[in-house]
Amino acid sequence: MAGQGRLIEPTCGKLTWCCWKGHTMKRISVGLIAALAVGLSCQAGFAQTLKTVRDRGVLSCGVSQGLPGFSSPDDKGNWTGLDVDVCRAIAAAVLNDPAKVKFVPLSAKDRFTALQSGEIDVLSRNTTWTVSRDTSLGVNFTGVTYYDGQGFLVKKALKVNSALELNSASICVQTGTTNEQNVADYFKGNNMKYEVIAFGTADETVKAYESGRCDVFTSDISQLYAERLKLANPADHAVLPEVISKEPLGPLVRHGDDQWFDIVKWTLFAMINAEELGVTQKNVDEMAKSTKPELKRVFGTDGNLGEQLGLTKDWVSRIVRAVGNYGESFDRNVGAGSKLGIARGLNQLWNKGGIQYAPPIR
Amino acid sequence: MATEARKPPSQFWARLRGILGGHAGWGGFAFQILFVAALAWVGYEIFANARANLQAQRIASGFGFLSQTAGFGVSQSLIPYSETDTYSRVFLVGLLNTLLVAVVGIIFATIIGFIVGIGRLSPNWLVARIAGGYVESVRNLPLLFQILFWYLAVLGALPGPRQSISLFDKFFLSNRGLVIPKPLGEGGLQVFLAAVAVAVIASIALRIYARRQLFKRGRIIVIWPYVIALIVGLPALAVLSAGAPVTFEIPQLKGFNFSGGLRIVPEFVALVVALSTYTAAFIAENVRAGIMSVQKGQMEAGASLGLSHGATLRLIVVPQAMRVILPPLTNQYLNLTKNSSLAVAIGYPDLFSVFAGTTLSQTGQAIEIIAITMGVYLLISLVTSAIMSFYGWRINRSLGT
Ligand SMILES: N[C@@H](CCC(=O)N[C@@H](CS)C(=O)NCC(=O)O)C(=O)O
Repeated sequence: MAGQGRLIEPTCGKLTWCCWKGHTMKRISVGLIAALAVGLSCQAGFAQTLKTVRDRGVLSCGVSQGLPGFSSPDDKGNWTGLDVDVCRAIAAAVLNDPAKVKFVPLSAKDRFTALQSGEIDVLSRNTTWTVSRDTSLGVNFTGVTYYDGQGFLVKKALKVNSALELNSASICVQTGTTNEQNVADYFKGNNMKYEVIAFGTADETVKAYESGRCDVFTSDISQLYAERLKLANPADHAVLPEVISKEPLGPLVRHGDDQWFDIVKWTLFAMINAEELGVTQKNVDEMAKSTKPELKRVFGTDGNLGEQLGLTKDWVSRIVRAVGNYGESFDRNVGAGSKLGIARGLNQLWNKGGIQYAPPIR
Repeated sequence: MATEARKPPSQFWARLRGILGGHAGWGGFAFQILFVAALAWVGYEIFANARANLQAQRIASGFGFLSQTAGFGVSQSLIPYSETDTYSRVFLVGLLNTLLVAVVGIIFATIIGFIVGIGRLSPNWLVARIAGGYVESVRNLPLLFQILFWYLAVLGALPGPRQSISLFDKFFLSNRGLVIPKPLGEGGLQVFLAAVAVAVIASIALRIYARRQLFKRGRIIVIWPYVIALIVGLPALAVLSAGAPVTFEIPQLKGFNFSGGLRIVPEFVALVVALSTYTAAFIAENVRAGIMSVQKGQMEAGASLGLSHGATLRLIVVPQAMRVILPPLTNQYLNLTKNSSLAVAIGYPDLFSVFAGTTLSQTGQAIEIIAITMGVYLLISLVTSAIMSFYGWRINRSLGT
C-alpha cells in the first residue's frame, strides 16, 4: 500500500484547520475535517499503526464522554473503567507503560469517524459489535469486553412492571447508538406506539429524562445502571426486566492493519486467559517463574509468541501487571468491588457458568 | 486623388488581453491558468486519494445508502415518516424541520429585533435601558447555553401529561408540549377557501384603489371597515350556505401521552425561543445603527409636518434606514439558520441531527453526508441572500436611488 504513491502525503490524520467562526461552522468543520482526514490520511500510516504508536510514544484511545465503570475521568482527570483498562493494557504491551495513553472522549455519533480518520488508534467505548459496523464502517471488532443487552429505565412512580406496558410512551435515547434502532424494532414488532427523542450526549439524554420529558430512558443495561448513579435519587428509578437486544461491547480498530488488529485482539484475550489461569496483578511476577509448560508459553520463558505479535516476550506480564486479569478489572470497575455492583452473569468465565471465553495462548 | 482613410489598427488582441489578463497582460493570464490548473490538480488528488483510502479500508462509499432503510424513529416530522422509510426520507424530514425552525425563528427574531432596536432609541429612559440591558445580556451568553436553558427551564416548569394544564379540555400544556385540536377538512372546506380567497383579493384591490385616489386626487378613503366586512362576512356566508369547513379532532390522554390533535413539541419551542431571542439582540443593534444613520433632520421634518413620533418612524425614517439595515440583517438570518444545527443538544430532529448525526454514524459515510449537508446549508443561505437582495433592490427603487 505504501507504494501506491499518491503525490499528496500529509501527516496522517493530523489535518488541523480550525479558523471558522460560529457554532455551526465549528460543528460542520469538525465533520469536514474528519471527512477530509479520511480522504487525506496517507495509507502507509494506516498500515503501520504499531510503528506510528511507538514513534509517537502514546496510544490514542477513543473512550466515552464519561460513563462510570466503563470510561470516566475522576476530578483529577485520571481515567478509569473497564474500557479504559483495555487502553492501558494495550499501552502496557506496546509501550511498556499503562500511563502512556491519550484518552479521546467521543460521543456515540462521532466515534466511528474519529477511528476512520486516524484520530484514534483504537476505539474502546462500550460499542456494540454488529455486522454493518464490522463491514461498511471499515472497522474490525477485536473481541467482547462485556456481554450486554438493551433495557429500559423508568420512574418507579409510573408503576410500570414490564416493557410491554409502555405503549404510547416517550423515550429518551442517545443518537448514533444501536439503542436508537433497537427501540424502533421493539415497539414496531410489538405493535406499540412510541415517541423517541434522540440527544447528542448522554448527559443531555439523562437530563431530559430526569426533567420528565420522557417516561423512559433506554440504553444498554450496564449503562442504565451507570447513568442511574448520576440521577438525583437513584432509588426512585427501576430497570424493567425485559432485555430487548444483544449488545456485545468491545474494542475496535480500522480495517487494513492486520498486525494492529492482532495486538488489540490478543491484549483482551491475554486478560481473559490470565483470569482462567489464575494469574493476578499480585502473583504475576511469582507465576512468571513457573515451570509449567502452559505458563512458560504465556510468560514467554518458552517460545516467542509475543515477538510474533510484534510485541515483547513478556507481553502478558506487562498487561497483567498494569491492569490485572479480566476478572480483577471487572470487579474493580463494574463488579462487586465498584459502586455499580453488577453481577458477573454472562461475563463470568465459560467454565464458571458464563460465556466469557478466549482462544488459547499457544 | 482621394486619400483612403487609414483603417485603425485592430483592437481585438489588445482587448482580449485586457479582458483575460487585466493590468498584468498576458503574463497575468498565464498565471491565472496556472493557478486554476493547480487548484484542479489539488482537488483531483484529494478526490483520488480519498477514493483510494476508502477502498483500502473497505469503507462503504457512494450514494447507494440513501435508498436503505433507516430503522430509527424521529420525534417530529412534517411529512409522513416511519422507521421503515429510507435515509433519503430522513434527509427530507430533517431538511423540513430545519426550514421550519429557520422560518419561524426568523419571523420572531425580526419582530423582537425591531421592537428592541427602536426601543433602545426611545426617548423614554426606562424603555431604552430595558432594551439596552436585553441586548447586552443576551448577546454575551453562549447560544448553546441559552438553548439548554430554555429547554430545561421550559420542561422544569411544566407538569407531566397526566397533570396537564388544560383549557376548555381541548388545549393541553405539559412537558410533552402543547396539544391543540386538529382541524380535519369537511365538505364545506372548498367553498370556504374560495370565499377567503375572494375576500383577500377584493381587499387588495380596494387598497390599490385607495392609494391611487390618495396620490392622484388627494382623497383619503378609509378602507378598513370594508376590509373587515369582506374578510369576516364572505367566509361566514360560505359557512352558512355550505356547512362547516372543518371539524376538530380533540386530543385525549391515552396511556402515557395524548393521542389525536396537533402537538407542538417542547424541543421546537425551546429552539425557536432561544434562536429568535438571541438573534434578535443582534438585529436590534443593526436596526439601531440603521436608524441612527438617517439624518436627524428627517425626524424633525416629520414632526414639522405634524406626524406623530410613530408615524414619522414608520413612514420616513425606517424606510430609509432599511438600506443600511438590510445587509447585516441578511447576515443574521443566515446565522440563525446555521445556528439551528445546535438542535441536537435538545433532541430536536433537524437536518444536522438526523442526517449528519444519526445517518452518518449508522452508515459511516462521512464524506458523502457532510458534502450533502454542506451543500444544503449553502443552498439555503444563497436562496435567503437572493430573496433579501431582491427586497433591497425594491427598497432602493422605491427610494429612487
Ligand atoms: N452499545 C451501544 C450504545 C453505546 C452508548 O453510546 N451508550 C450511551 C448510553 S447513554 C453512552 O454510553 N453514552 C456515554 C457517552 O456518550 O459518553 C452502541 O454501541 O451503539
